[in-house]
Amino acid sequence: MIYIQGLVQSAILLGAILGIVAYLTWLERKFSGRLQSRVGPYLVGRPHGWLQPIADGLKLISKEDITPSRADRLLFNLAPAWIVVVSLLGFAFLPLTANWVLVNMDLGLLYFTAIGSLLVIGVFAAGWASNNKYALLSSLRSAAQIVAYEVPLLLSLLVPAILAGSLDFKDIIEAQESYWFITFPVIGQISFLIFLLAALAESNKMPFDLSEAESELIAGFNIEYSGMKFAYFYLGEYAHLMAVSLLVSIVFFGGPLGPLLPGGLWIAIKTLAVFLGILWIRWSFLRIRIDQLMMLNWKILTPISFINLLLAGLWVSLNL
Amino acid sequence: MEGNVEERVIERDFGELALNMGPQHPSTHGVFRLKLHLRGETVVSVVPDIGYLHRGVEKLSETLDYDMLPPIYERDDYLSPTANSLAFVLAVEKLADKEPTKRANYLRVLTAELQRVSSHLVAIGTFGLDLGGSMGGGATLFLYCFRDREKVLDLMESLTGTRFHTNMNQIGGVRYDVYPNFDKDVLKLKDYLEKQVNEYRTVLETNPIFLERTRDVGIVTPELAKEVGASGPVLRATGVSYDIRKNKPYSSYEDFDFNLPVGTRGDVFDRYLVRIMEISESLSIVTQVIEGLPEGPINSRKPLKSALLLKPPKGAEAYAAVESPRGELGMYVLSDGSSKPYRLKIRSPSFSNIALIPEILPGHLIADAVAILGSLDPVFGDVDR
Repeated sequence: MIYIQGLVQSAILLGAILGIVAYLTWLERKFSGRLQSRVGPYLVGRPHGWLQPIADGLKLISKEDITPSRADRLLFNLAPAWIVVVSLLGFAFLPLTANWVLVNMDLGLLYFTAIGSLLVIGVFAAGWASNNKYALLSSLRSAAQIVAYEVPLLLSLLVPAILAGSLDFKDIIEAQESYWFITFPVIGQISFLIFLLAALAESNKMPFDLSEAESELIAGFNIEYSGMKFAYFYLGEYAHLMAVSLLVSIVFFGGPLGPLLPGGLWIAIKTLAVFLGILWIRWSFLRIRIDQLMMLNWKILTPISFINLLLAGLWVSLNL
Repeated sequence: MEGNVEERVIERDFGELALNMGPQHPSTHGVFRLKLHLRGETVVSVVPDIGYLHRGVEKLSETLDYDMLPPIYERDDYLSPTANSLAFVLAVEKLADKEPTKRANYLRVLTAELQRVSSHLVAIGTFGLDLGGSMGGGATLFLYCFRDREKVLDLMESLTGTRFHTNMNQIGGVRYDVYPNFDKDVLKLKDYLEKQVNEYRTVLETNPIFLERTRDVGIVTPELAKEVGASGPVLRATGVSYDIRKNKPYSSYEDFDFNLPVGTRGDVFDRYLVRIMEISESLSIVTQVIEGLPEGPINSRKPLKSALLLKPPKGAEAYAAVESPRGELGMYVLSDGSSKPYRLKIRSPSFSNIALIPEILPGHLIADAVAILGSLDPVFGDVDR
């Protein structure tokens, strides 16, 4: 019985996430359109092109599925699936209200970051299997980038964990009853900023989208992909971005906590706000260079997050 | 250069990756191919390959009458059409000794400067694409610049009926006169553009990512620039104050008061800076044209179709150069006494400017290579002709 319940719950969650992700692409197109003094999608489904994600999906499904003749067939076909599965797996551990989470485990935070770092395998496999020089360069970039940014990502996430005294998302939410961790003087804000930067770098978003680098490497690791396999990359990217937004809203903004409205609604509002903030960053900044990216990570973000972690630890141990 | 022995040896060198950039690549600004040799991501050597947009304009010129030719050249450097036809009509006017009227000269300056503004807006916008890709902040800059350029094109449309290939210049004068209230439209455009340009400058020049990506990248020394014959913003960014509008004024440019922005270091940032400052200078020239527009006819002769075709004397030759948004654009015309040029040679600024690529690219990363190429602002219609 418990298995059936779990299956039904995960099916519902999966369907909801896929639907939301499809409409997040629409939201991004409208949002970037407004930023760039355009209207964005408009014609497919009036008003405001609300059928656009469905039209996009249909177009991608009906496209020819090409596997380059000299590609590594197994890896080439496995990589998109890997990316989607890994991105969606992260949602299993994230609480969507104060009490509801698909898989409740006391190491949720650690598990989430561990799952997130598996993305690099899919990206690297895609780049390697494509047998394309641009894809290879891109996958090398992204391997270096994601592995490097894991360090400040995890270190900055440890700060809320230390403040809450637990790696369990439920405990982290409960610990924010009196104040959100983003409002914690200095330590909270620094760890939020570092986490945001590292998360942008890990999910290949501007200004760190070096592995996609459209103007340099054309499309990077997904250059040889077409049709639905290409769509999987997008799906995975947006699902990961949504998971990151959800994580930020839980860990730094108190998740479902908030006055009047139910917890589920609060978490949705906060996630959407964080997502829009990431989009705003994305459509405002230029891309930085690979050496500057590494410099930023090892010389600035990592030392600062170490110091920040130390300060948080000191504060907690002195006050307890 | 295709597949010679030396090149094949380089390709087999252990640890180097030969990468074909272009001719179908989003940031080669047209159909341009760079054969890059990379060590890691660092460019070791580069062989540029041009000719994908060769349209045989020079040969085509030998088959058409002089009056038919200006529109052809407008397709040459397709981001600043009137500069091309202006160079041609100036050369033919020298050849046949036909002076344009003063009013025509002023109107030529007007269109040339407006198109310099639109061309530089494209240069800065696409430079944004080079730095940021079409899925990020670069696209935002690109679309802002194109939105503003649209206003310039709208003005050109109300002046000439055509947005882009205006066909304004003809031998002996210009084709269209200003309409009533034109000055109001121009001043409105000037105010709008100056506001926007100031905004872009504030946003870009205070952005650490933009500065990091452009400063001290792709440095061109004045000596190198002179050696390859670079001109325009690329040359002025190195600190050489050379502009044909100032040094050898044509078409009444001596009447106008304007500054020449020059750079100090010759890097990518300086080339951007020179361009964006030239937009303001061009807008100032446009207002001076409007204020001092002399009365009189806009044409000293009518273009004729069959009878009394323009026939310069046999053996006459003339060279006229204009400062196009990309640099010194020269046309050399040789006459054999017939109604068609015997030989026509275009000295195109983009062609000389991209000769810098093999000199300055090695040692930079791929990302810088794209930025450098964008900062040279070549137009491949102009390179390949």
